[in-house]
Amino acid sequence: MKRPENNAALLAHERNFSWGRLLCWEALLLLLLIGVNAMNMCVSPGYGDFPVLMDALRNFADKAIIAFPVAMVVLTGEIDISVGSTLALSAVTMGLCYRIGLPLGLCVVIAVATGALCGLFNGIILALYRELSSMIVTLSTLIVYRGLASVLMGKESVSFPVQGWFNEISWGDFLGCPYGVLFALAEALLFCYLIHCTVFGRHCRAVGSGSEASRFSGIKVERIKIVLFTLSGLFAGVAAVFLTSWMCSARADMARGYEMDVIAMVVLGGFSTAGGKGTLPGVLLAIPVIGLLRHGLGLMNMGSQAILIVVGSLLVVAAAIPGLRLLFGGTVRRK
Amino acid sequence: MKRFRNINGGILRDLALVAAMLPVVCWIQFRSGGIFLTGENLTDLLKETAVLGIMAAGMMPIMLTGGIDLSVGSVMALGGMLGATLLKECPGIAPAVVLLVGCLTGTCCGLFNGFLTARLRILPIIATLGTMYAFRGLTYLVANGRWILQGDMGGEFLRLASGSTLGVNNLVAIELVVYVVGFVFLSFCPCGRNLYAAGSNPDSARVCGINVDRTLLLAYALTGMVAGFAGILYVCDFGVAQGESASGYEMSVIAACVLGGVSISGGTGRIQGVFLGSLFLGILNNAMPLIHVSPFFQEAIRGGIILFSIVLNVIIARRIGKAALERRRRV
Repeated sequence: MKRPENNAALLAHERNFSWGRLLCWEALLLLLLIGVNAMNMCVSPGYGDFPVLMDALRNFADKAIIAFPVAMVVLTGEIDISVGSTLALSAVTMGLCYRIGLPLGLCVVIAVATGALCGLFNGIILALYRELSSMIVTLSTLIVYRGLASVLMGKESVSFPVQGWFNEISWGDFLGCPYGVLFALAEALLFCYLIHCTVFGRHCRAVGSGSEASRFSGIKVERIKIVLFTLSGLFAGVAAVFLTSWMCSARADMARGYEMDVIAMVVLGGFSTAGGKGTLPGVLLAIPVIGLLRHGLGLMNMGSQAILIVVGSLLVVAAAIPGLRLLFGGTVRRK
Repeated sequence: MKRFRNINGGILRDLALVAAMLPVVCWIQFRSGGIFLTGENLTDLLKETAVLGIMAAGMMPIMLTGGIDLSVGSVMALGGMLGATLLKECPGIAPAVVLLVGCLTGTCCGLFNGFLTARLRILPIIATLGTMYAFRGLTYLVANGRWILQGDMGGEFLRLASGSTLGVNNLVAIELVVYVVGFVFLSFCPCGRNLYAAGSNPDSARVCGINVDRTLLLAYALTGMVAGFAGILYVCDFGVAQGESASGYEMSVIAACVLGGVSISGGTGRIQGVFLGSLFLGILNNAMPLIHVSPFFQEAIRGGIILFSIVLNVIIARRIGKAALERRRRV
């Protein structure tokens, strides 16, 4: 959907934040969230209790942590599907460092650094060879990182202590709110500021609306790509710390298929994969919609296979809504 | 003139791939102590690669239009599972009917993908990522946790993979037929040429009077059909159908296409190259166990090769572009 009046649209966005249009999508998501919660309430009456709810939220805090930076990548019209593998590689590296006796604190730092390096590698390849689509590059690094993780770890796993501060990262809470959820919320604030209130965020949106045009208007497109992919890798490393602490072990096959959930969250949140569109509050609402929907379907004793169908269809439906508007909305504009 | 140069470049690329294969083959032959280049092993290799080769040829139409189909592995599993269920429920059914069922299932899945991308304008990667999970879920539902094993399939069906026609294994023969049909379709049929046009520049294709939407729909339906067909052959080859089968297969298929010189952004690619690409992957798959590479390394190596080859593609394309520019300057 290339618009000829790109610049004008950007200006309009700058002027009034186009609340009217955005509110529409976000209101829909809010309704969806209420609906999912109501469904869960009906299925299990104890669902509304604060501790139970927090437990449900904790289950997908790691996906939320990855979703925000990926949303920013999607905003520029790129995509990162290697996050699940990056997470696994970071967790495995952390496990190996722990096994050879490094202190836990250092292991955590190494995990985050590994994630950032993986992201940096994606970013550098994309910046050097800008003819390549990010989809195919991250698809191949998805295989490479997962492969490296299984080369390093094989079929074994490394166990982490079930007591102490490392375990507390995922299992502990502050006033009943798990640290993972708190971290995700803080991160949401950070990214909301980054996307909506900084020059950098606006540059990302400009790159998403038209990368050639923004290159000619002096935006350093390659640098933005490198920064964003590094960020998404870095937060995949952070999520690896949370997930490892949650499971108390690191394995090469952890977080398989995370990329699907994360992209579903981002796309449902209103980010267009063509780039240039989307708001962070939308993602913030879409994350619990998908997470709690999965949780609720689990409560209903639905098999994990059927959940696959539901989440897959949700992703397709969310991506199809702009197209549906094109089909039935009347204002069909030829590309 | 331009067309001539393009074809030349394509042949050069294929030769380069063969040249890259030769040292690998020699090294494997040396390391494996001479058991790699034996008639028996090569026949096995061709047979093992046949399904991948068929699927890679099937993926080509979509990649030519600049799209991608991540759901082929799931479609293969779904087609294979439905076919196997049919074999189990009605013993003595003709293998041709089973193949037809596979093709029909695949075509329906492909048409659905095509509807999502061509009509609703969802990016192919997103649409097929979603349907990849949806079709996989459907396969699980059809399988219902069961495995359908060789004993339930009947000898006539299994001979499809184990038997041979004119001294060539059936699977390899089918692969050859698919490639010949594909070559004729992509090189001489207007429909096939439209795929190239729609991929290299959809806007000018539209201006030229090509119905791009219908071409896209055709590409997705074709790929789906081949995926369903390949799913049946996969079941036949391995003698087992289950919910998990062929998961992750799409990566190998895309790898074969990219290795074979099909551009991810659409518009370029030759089916001969795809054949060589799938053969190269087949050699790696076959040889790594022979030279005792641990299975854990295989995934990483495969991924590394894909990454390397797409980067190499870009470098070569840049060189060619620069050379063409120089030539034009001189004239």
